[in-house]
Amino acid sequence: MKELSLNILDIAENSVKASATLITIEIAEDEETLSLSVEDDGTGMKEDFLAAVTDPFTTTRTTRNVGLGIPLLKMEAEMTGGSFSIVSRHISDCPDSHGTKTSASFFKNHLDMTPLGDIVSTIVALIQCNPDLDFVFHHQLPGREIALDTRELRSVLGEEVPLNNADVIVWIKEYLSEQYSD
Amino acid sequence: MKSLAELSAIREKMKEKVVLREGTGETRVVVGMATCGIAAGARPVLNAFVEGVSKAGLTDKVTVTQTGCIGVCQYEPVVEIFEAGKEKVTYVKMTADKAAEVIERHLKGGHVISEYTITNYQL
Repeated sequence: MKELSLNILDIAENSVKASATLITIEIAEDEETLSLSVEDDGTGMKEDFLAAVTDPFTTTRTTRNVGLGIPLLKMEAEMTGGSFSIVSRHISDCPDSHGTKTSASFFKNHLDMTPLGDIVSTIVALIQCNPDLDFVFHHQLPGREIALDTRELRSVLGEEVPLNNADVIVWIKEYLSEQYSD
Repeated sequence: MKSLAELSAIREKMKEKVVLREGTGETRVVVGMATCGIAAGARPVLNAFVEGVSKAGLTDKVTVTQTGCIGVCQYEPVVEIFEAGKEKVTYVKMTADKAAEVIERHLKGGHVISEYTITNYQL
């Protein structure tokens, strides 16, 4: 992928397909490292599927949500000397605490570092396409943090205005962009 | 500075429009957002549709949403347009600029841009 924000969009789509209701996207950066995670409360994966999930060739189209997305992110992280991990609890094993967390860390100064890119577009695209899901976004940068929680927006908007209402989408985009430009 | 109070104002404004929105979704613009689509540039295409539909004042009539991989990864970004009573139109190798044209000529003007459709590339 050209931008890590596109990987994040791609990984979050896995959460959408796993019937998540809440997807938490976190990014933490310092001068040298960037770590990111996508965590959901979806159906999760069983152990044997989880063990094979970073291998693009064990995937079949009928096996739901996985293909090249996870191996791509893993490769991009490892190319910088960073690391990748994925943990998951399947709904049949953990009916009260199921879900998946995908994490990757990067060394930003490495030649092969993929830039984060347009993360605001990623968040806006996810909300536009999945107005019934909740998203928590948190980006920690040196000396500042950017945050959005759609549950807060939903409580102000009430039930009659969906999160992908055109005016709301514009508001979300500007709300996030402002936090980055401060 | 953006504030939550502005969202309250949007909510108030929408109260008047809710009744009119009953017919929402006559037209659906569906962007392929699987790994293949995202890698090929689906995100800017999606955002161009969202912004363009809003600017064109079509938000009551047109819904912009996503789907997974439809199996023609080599033609991504793929956008399907579903209109009530009409055959589905599949645009391929889309860009933000082409999206703007589709909004103007197809969604507003009612004319399919055949040179951007999959039938022009097949197969």
